[in-house]
Amino acid sequence: MGMRPHTSNGTQLTRDQIEENFADLHPPLTPAQAGVEASRCLYCYDAPCVKACPTSIDIPGFIHRIRTGNLEGSARTILSANIMGGTCGRACPTEVLCEEACVLNARGEEPVRIGALQRYAVEHLIAKGGDHPFKRAAPSGKKLAVIGAGPAGLSFAHRAAMLGHAVTVFDKKPKAGGLNEYGLAAYKMANDFAQAEVKFLLGIGGIAIEYGKELGHGLALDDLKKRFDAVFVGAGLAATNALGVPGEELSGVRDALDFIEEIRQARDKSAVRVGKNVIVIGGGNTAIDAAVQSKRLGAESVTLVYRRGENDMSATGWERDLARTNDVVLRQWSVPVKFEGNGAVEIATFARARMKGGKLEAAAGTFSLAADMVLKAIGQKLDPGALENLRLEKNKVWVDADYRTSVAGVYAGGDCISSGEDLTVQAVEDGKRAAHAADAYVRSA
Amino acid sequence: MAELSCRIAGIDSVNPFWLASAPPTDKYVNVLRAFQAGWGGAVWKTLGNDPPVVNATSRYGVHRDQTRAIVGINNIELISDRPLDVNLREIERLRREWPDRVIIGSLMAPIDEQAWKELAVKIANAGVQGLELNHGCPHGMCERGMGSAVGQVPEMVEKTTRWVKEAVNLPVFTKLTPNITDIVVPAEAACRGGADGVALINTVNSIVSVDLDSMSPRPIVDGKGTHGGYCGTAVKPIALNMVAAVARDPETAGLAISAIGGIATWRDAAEFIALGAGTVQVCTAAMLYGFRIVDDMIDGLANFMERSRYRTIEDFRGRALKNTVDWNDLNLNFDLKAFIHQDMCIECGRCHIACEDTAHQAIRIGAKAGGGRTFTVDNRQCVGCNLCMHVCPVDGCIEMNPVANGLPPVSWPHHPKNTLRVD
Repeated sequence: MGMRPHTSNGTQLTRDQIEENFADLHPPLTPAQAGVEASRCLYCYDAPCVKACPTSIDIPGFIHRIRTGNLEGSARTILSANIMGGTCGRACPTEVLCEEACVLNARGEEPVRIGALQRYAVEHLIAKGGDHPFKRAAPSGKKLAVIGAGPAGLSFAHRAAMLGHAVTVFDKKPKAGGLNEYGLAAYKMANDFAQAEVKFLLGIGGIAIEYGKELGHGLALDDLKKRFDAVFVGAGLAATNALGVPGEELSGVRDALDFIEEIRQARDKSAVRVGKNVIVIGGGNTAIDAAVQSKRLGAESVTLVYRRGENDMSATGWERDLARTNDVVLRQWSVPVKFEGNGAVEIATFARARMKGGKLEAAAGTFSLAADMVLKAIGQKLDPGALENLRLEKNKVWVDADYRTSVAGVYAGGDCISSGEDLTVQAVEDGKRAAHAADAYVRSA
Repeated sequence: MAELSCRIAGIDSVNPFWLASAPPTDKYVNVLRAFQAGWGGAVWKTLGNDPPVVNATSRYGVHRDQTRAIVGINNIELISDRPLDVNLREIERLRREWPDRVIIGSLMAPIDEQAWKELAVKIANAGVQGLELNHGCPHGMCERGMGSAVGQVPEMVEKTTRWVKEAVNLPVFTKLTPNITDIVVPAEAACRGGADGVALINTVNSIVSVDLDSMSPRPIVDGKGTHGGYCGTAVKPIALNMVAAVARDPETAGLAISAIGGIATWRDAAEFIALGAGTVQVCTAAMLYGFRIVDDMIDGLANFMERSRYRTIEDFRGRALKNTVDWNDLNLNFDLKAFIHQDMCIECGRCHIACEDTAHQAIRIGAKAGGGRTFTVDNRQCVGCNLCMHVCPVDGCIEMNPVANGLPPVSWPHHPKNTLRVD
């Protein structure tokens, strides 16, 4: 009786419990909390936190404005450096960026909650509505194309529109936002924030988005170059890596990003099927997002398996703690060997691994885990097919210091370039700086 | 164990902590609660002749720091708005019930000898140990020729003090307004009038803030506001200076001083006592936190005295006065240089920007091996002003070190650069 599933996703959780599990991970600060937190900031000069921010937001400046009750000025300070300051405030790994650099750490205290304060200021401005805070320069008469409506592409588009250009963005998906919309855990982006941010960003005007348009599928770089004065490629990493082990084709074995996208797009999270015994393979923040969300959907056991040690994981300590407090089991030094099952995966077998001479090698022993769902979060890679003759480096698009690709008039940024870091905030910076480079280019042409 | 009981102007008090004449001492129940909490005395809310005044609403505005803590309150409340007789009966009752506690009657009357004398006698008969003449209230009452309107005219201060001294055989404190140019002048006037002591400071005239929506000063009374009396920790520096000025003045040196102004902790109290105060009066801190704050004042002061080997209040009362001098008596050959302890520095840069923008460009930024930055003092530029030490968020990180320059002390009157020097 007690084991009868409550919800349509086959778990013991009720629909309400699942809704609650996917609410805001950290509820927004109240005005009183924001005031107290802002007053903790020492207002450093030439502050270390600013240097640690890829977009160089004037952090002491925006926090000071919160303290004085100048919330619009605060939000504008943030957004002038990072138009996606709202998403970054929610989803940035601040624990390894600005908050790690906060001087309060050196005083033996918790750092200022910079991310939470940033979110507070930006969401105030977006919720308030009214005129877009930035004005466009006089029309340049130039047309710019952007491939990919993710953080890099939208950042480029916004800055280019601000500089006076007419921008057209092409994206293969039905919604803009890229990984903000499709690739981050739902509890980090609660209340449809990705779309609210896109709407806000487009408020500057001069940006058209064409959905369902993908390079190589009716859209050619060569053609765009002819139709536009400059092109920005912010296509991200569309292809996923394969494990290359027997049984990978079994049903129940899928990409973690697809699973996250399904959760994000589900209007009713309790309708998303999740396994009873879930295994997530990988060591990045995507792996954590998949593992924690599996647990919050009602999986009975979730095991995150990583081939190397915990300190080698790209997921931050904060993310790993989040996994642990959500009852995710972390298994290190384990490499998948095979998946077995009758049509659907039932057993996953791993070999123990170790480092020898700087290389990972198999160690003695294997173990098997029961699994009816295996999520692969082992990274994405560039789909180079449609990038024609852009020079690649380390299997990503090569750009120079000004975000120029090997083809004149074509710029690139975000995860698809060789310096790409899988960080929203870095993608925003890439797009912003590339827009200035492209602006100089089209004006001199 | 340190002894907190003390004697001021002939009045014995179980400790030097009194409540100032203000809303906290308005009624029997307030003062009862104060005595229960441990306060040594209470100066009753100022009494006037009937009919009682009428008070406005609202009455308080506040000044906050950036953490939203209240550093100052301003009020536009007048003197007691209850009939004189009701107040006197309550004083009599408390006198009976709390024989070891000090009750001082505060009074205020128009400039009329008979009015002052009759009121003083009535209050004295209720059993108070002393009287305090309210010559300070800077709002409302002064528009009726009372309060600070009296306190700002030395002749009236002297005259009213004399009238009261003639009428009663009790210690009299004249309460002084800080809203004047030189506090010594009215203090000397009180002295000439025969005052046993002075109580200072009353509140500072102020507009505490402006409501930018309604465009009215706070507190707002039906859309309008007025200036009020400012008090709380923000006024403590003003009060310390005025207390010291009265204590240092040869003419008023014998006056007892009951200090008032931003006293919120035992440390504040100790500072006022070190400048010559015999008792301290508290209002704002009690209004913000309740009477219970006296607990820490009592054992904090006792512990300080134990540590410092002072057995009684008198052992350290006025001890800081000999070191409180005129600028002309300062040693201009004394030199300090800031020193930044690198192991404590958290690299916030506050010292640098403060010095660079607003002082002497004496703090250099350097690169730290392995990332980060260093801040070091350029002694050639440093004038020892202390600004960096004050803005530094780490206690003890910036130290001010005396320079062993071997020069003898020299004050401005004797300084070689003073063309009018006295050799």
